Amino acid sequence: MYRQLSLPLLLLVVLALAAFSTALMVGSASLSISDVWAVVQGDGDGLARTMVMELRLPRALSAFAVGGLLAVAGALMQVLLRNPLADPYVLGLSGGASIGALGAMLAGFGGVLMSGSAFAGALFSTFLVFGLAHGRGGWTPSRLLLTGVVVAAGWGAVITLMLAMSPAERLPGMLYWLMGDLSYARTPWPPLILLITICLVLVPLGRSLNVLARGPQQAAALGVDVRPLEWGIYVVASILTAAAVTTAGSIGFVGLVIPHMLRLLLGNDQRLILPACALAGGTLLVLADTLARTIIAPEQLPVGVITALLGVPTFLFLLYRSR
Amino acid sequence: MSRLVTQDLIIDVPGRQGGTPLNLTIEPGQSWGVLGPNGAGKTTLLHTLAGLKPPRSGHVKLADKPLAQQRRRQIARELGMVFQDRQDGFPATVLETALIGRHPYLSPWQMEGADDYARAERALERLDVAHLRDRLVNTLSGGERQRVAIATVLTQAPAIWLADEPTNHLDLHHQSAVMGLMAEQAAGGQAVVMCLHDLNLAARWCDHILLLYPSGEVCWGTRDNMLVPSALEDLYRQKLAVVEVDGAPVFVPVKG
Repeated sequence: MYRQLSLPLLLLVVLALAAFSTALMVGSASLSISDVWAVVQGDGDGLARTMVMELRLPRALSAFAVGGLLAVAGALMQVLLRNPLADPYVLGLSGGASIGALGAMLAGFGGVLMSGSAFAGALFSTFLVFGLAHGRGGWTPSRLLLTGVVVAAGWGAVITLMLAMSPAERLPGMLYWLMGDLSYARTPWPPLILLITICLVLVPLGRSLNVLARGPQQAAALGVDVRPLEWGIYVVASILTAAAVTTAGSIGFVGLVIPHMLRLLLGNDQRLILPACALAGGTLLVLADTLARTIIAPEQLPVGVITALLGVPTFLFLLYRSR
Repeated sequence: MSRLVTQDLIIDVPGRQGGTPLNLTIEPGQSWGVLGPNGAGKTTLLHTLAGLKPPRSGHVKLADKPLAQQRRRQIARELGMVFQDRQDGFPATVLETALIGRHPYLSPWQMEGADDYARAERALERLDVAHLRDRLVNTLSGGERQRVAIATVLTQAPAIWLADEPTNHLDLHHQSAVMGLMAEQAAGGQAVVMCLHDLNLAARWCDHILLLYPSGEVCWGTRDNMLVPSALEDLYRQKLAVVEVDGAPVFVPVKG
C-alpha cells in the first residue's frame, strides 16, 4: 500500500525538481544547467551566483510554496464542502485579503504592512462567513457555500469601488496584486515551512478525510469525530489560503484545477491527494511564474493570468477524456 | 458481547409531541424488525440508537455506558450502521468503499494491511459484488450500491448492526440473501436491528418486532406477540389478509 502511494509522489518530486531547474536557468540572462549546478554546489561566478541565489531561487521557492498552499487548501475545501467545485476562495477569503491589501496600497503602505493587512482581511472574511453561516442553527455545507459566495460578491463590489476611486498611478500595482503576482513575495520561508508542516499534519488525518468525503453521518458511524475535524479543516484551509494570498495576491485556478486533475489521475485517497497537491500545485506555479517573467521580458505578466491560461485547457481536456 | 439498552428514550421527531418512552434491551443474538408507516420515525430511531442524533429525552447505553459519553471511534467498533441513502460526491472504487469499514480499527499512521484487504474482499464476495471490486460506486445500480454498503458494515464487523431498510433496491434473490446474512449474524451472537417496510421479511427473519406509530406510540415484543393482524392493520391503516406459507405468516394488503 505504501508503494502504491510513493510511486506517484516520487514522479511528482522529479517533476518539481525539473521545474525548479528550469526556473533557475531561464530569465533575462539564460544559464546552462552546469552553471546552475556549479552555483548550487557553492562555486560559479559572482553574477550567476547573485542571479540564482538571490533572485531566482527565492522567487521559485515562493512560487512553489504558494502553489502548494493553494492546491492543498482547495483539496481540503472540496472535502469540507463535499463539493467538487469548491476552491480556496469560495468562502470569500480572497476578497477579504484583497480589501486589506488594496486598502493598504491606497493608504500608501507597502511591504510588511500590506501583507499584514491582507492577512487580517483574509481572516476577517473567514470568521465573517463562518459566523454568518453558523447562524442560530448548525452550519451545513450548502449554507456555508452560499454564504461564502454572497460575501465574495459583496467583496467584489467593494473592490470595484476602491479601484474606481483610486488615483491612476496606483492602479497597475493594484490590478497586478488582484491577478496574483509573485514580485511581491519577499522571503519564501514562512509559506514554505507552513506548507511542509501542514502536509505532515494532514497525512495521519488522510483516512479520516476519506471517510468524511462520504458524508458526515457515514463518517460519524465509522468513528470520526466529525465536528472537530470539520472545524480543523476549515481553520487550516483558511490559514493556508491566507498565507498564499498574503505572499502573492489572489492567484486563481491552482486551488480548483490541481486537486481535480490529481483526482482524475490518481483516484480519491486523500493520503495521496494532499501531498500530491502540494507537489503538483507548487510545480505548476513555478512553471507559470517562469513563463510570466520571460514571455514579454523585460516586462512581467501577473502569474495568475498564466495559471488560468494553462489550467483551463488542461482541465477541460482531462474532464473531456474522463468517464 | 455488548448490549444496547435504552432508558426512557423519546426520539426527537420534529413536530411531534410526546410518545411512549422506550425501555428496550437489545441482547446479543436477537434480530429486531422495526415496522411503521412513512414518517413514523424509523430512521430517526435508528440514528438515535447509533448516537448520531440526540434524543429528546432519555439515554441510549452501549455496554452499560451512555453513548453520549463514549468516543465515536470506540462506538464504531461495536456498532455498525447501514444508511438508507449515501453520498458519493467523490466516487471511490467498490473495494475502497468496503475498506473504510476498517477505519475504526486503524491508528492514524497505519495503512490498511493484508488482513484488512482480506476482510473487505470476503465481505464483497459474501454480498455477491466481488466482481465489481474495481468499479466506481457511482457507476453501479441502486441494488449493487446497497450491497456494497452492507459489505462495508460487514467489513466493519460490529457486534450490533443497525440497518435502515437493508433490502432497499434489492431484487428478490438478494433480499432473501441479505436477510439470510442478517439472520446469520444474529445466530453468530451479533444483534441486528432493521427498519423494514416488508412485513413478510420481518415475519420470516426477525425474532423481535417493534411497532412505531405516527403518534409516537411504540410497542415491542417477540414476533409472535407483535404480528397480530389487527395491530398491523391499525399501524398501517390498511386492511390485511393473512395466509401461511412455508411455516410463516404472509400479509397481503386487500381492498377496503
